[in-house]
Amino acid sequence: MIRIALLVAAKDLRIERRSRVLLWQVLPFGVMGLVLSGLALGPTHAGHSSAGPGLFYLVMLLVTLLMINRSQAIEGSRGTRASVATLGLDPAGVFLGKALALAVELWITGAVLLAGAVLVLHTALVGTLQALPSVVVILAALAAAGTLYGALSGGGQGPATLLPVLSLPGFAPLLIAGERSFSASLHGGAFWQWWVISLVALVAYLAMGILLYGVLEDS
Amino acid sequence: MASSPTSIVTLRDAVVLVGGFPLLSGVNLDLEAGTLSVVTGANGAGKTSLLRLVGGLVSLSSGTGEVSGIDLATGDLRELRRRVGWLGHEGSFYDDLSAKENLVFAAKALSRPTSEIDGVLYRVGLTSRASMAAKHLSAGQRRRLGLAWILLRRPTLWLLDEPYASLDDEGRTFFDQLVGDVVRSGATVLVSAHDPLRSSNLHPRTLTLAGGLVVGDEG
Repeated sequence: MIRIALLVAAKDLRIERRSRVLLWQVLPFGVMGLVLSGLALGPTHAGHSSAGPGLFYLVMLLVTLLMINRSQAIEGSRGTRASVATLGLDPAGVFLGKALALAVELWITGAVLLAGAVLVLHTALVGTLQALPSVVVILAALAAAGTLYGALSGGGQGPATLLPVLSLPGFAPLLIAGERSFSASLHGGAFWQWWVISLVALVAYLAMGILLYGVLEDS
Repeated sequence: MASSPTSIVTLRDAVVLVGGFPLLSGVNLDLEAGTLSVVTGANGAGKTSLLRLVGGLVSLSSGTGEVSGIDLATGDLRELRRRVGWLGHEGSFYDDLSAKENLVFAAKALSRPTSEIDGVLYRVGLTSRASMAAKHLSAGQRRRLGLAWILLRRPTLWLLDEPYASLDDEGRTFFDQLVGDVVRSGATVLVSAHDPLRSSNLHPRTLTLAGGLVVGDEG
C-alpha cells in the first residue's frame, strides 16, 4: 500500500510540475481571492486581522475544489482509467497517493497564501507562524476528504457542479476548526484543542478513504 | 456453466445494462486460449462493451460468464483486470508524462524491472520518441505506446479496441505482425474492428455483433 501510494503521489506531482497548473492557474487564483477579500472588507477592516483566518480558509477551500478537480482529471479519460485499472493497483494505495500529492500542493499554496494574509490582511506574523502546525494538519485533512469526495462525485467523469455540492458540507467542520485554531494563535486561546480535533478529522478521513476508495472507484 | 477445458472466455446469455439501456443483449461466446478473434459490427453494435465485459471493466447485469477462471458475477474483477491487457481507442496513459515515464510507472506498479522498458520501446518503434510527452505523440504513435504498455505487462488475454484506428499502412503491418507473434506465444487476443484483419496468415475467427448480440461467427 505504501509503495503504491508513493508511486501514485510521485506520478501526480510530476504531472503537476510538468503542466504548471498549480503555478500559473491555482496560485494566481488564490492570491486574487485573498486580495479581493481584502478589498471587499475595505481599508478600515482589512487593517484589523480578525477576519484574516476565516478568509484564508475560505480561499483555501475554493483552491481545494480546483485542485480536487485537477487531481481527478489526471485519471479522467476512460481509456486511461481502463489501462490503469488493468494494473491492479491497490485502491487504498491510490487513495493515499492522490491525497498525499494533493496535500503537498495545498501546503505550497497555503504557504503562499499565509504570506499573502500577513501582507494583505495584516495578520500578525508571530501568530501566523504559531498557526502553522494546525494549518498543515487542516490542509492534509482537506486533501484526504477532497480525494474521497472527488471519487464520490464521479472521479472526473461526473458533472463538475456535483463536487462542491457534495464536498462543501463535509469541509465545513474543517473550516471551523481551522479558523478557530488560527484565531486562537493570533489572539491567544486554546489553539491546541482545535489542532487535536483537526488531527482526529485527518485520521478519520484517511481511514474512510482507505476503506471506501476502491468501492467508489468501481461504482 | 458448460465450457471447454481450454476456454479462456465463456459467456452465456450475457447482458450488460447501463442506465437501463442494454449494451449487450444476451451474448453467448466461447474463446479458446491461444487464439485470435475479431469482433466486427456497426457503431453501437456492442463491440467495445463486449471487450469491457471480458476485461472486468463493466459489470455483468444478467446471464453468466467466466474469464480466465474468474466468474464475472461473483468473482474478483480486480484480479481479472490484472490478467488482461487493454488498448482503448481513447488513449491509454498519462498525457503529461513522456512515453518512457508512462512505462516506468506501469513497470513499477507491477514490480517489473524498468530495464525491460528500452527493449519494449524498441520493439514498438518508439525509441526516438521515448522522452516526448504522450500528448505530443501522433495518433499512431499513441497506439504503439499503448501496445508497449501491454507488452510490458505480458498478459494472457489481450483486448484491443479498434486498434487500427489512425494507423497508416506501416502501422497496420506492424500491428498484424505483433498480434501474430503474441498469438504464437500462447496468449489470447480479442480485437474489435470495423474491417477484417489485413494479414492473410493470421486466420482469425470473426464474430459479427449487431444490437448487442452475436449474429455471425466464422472461422
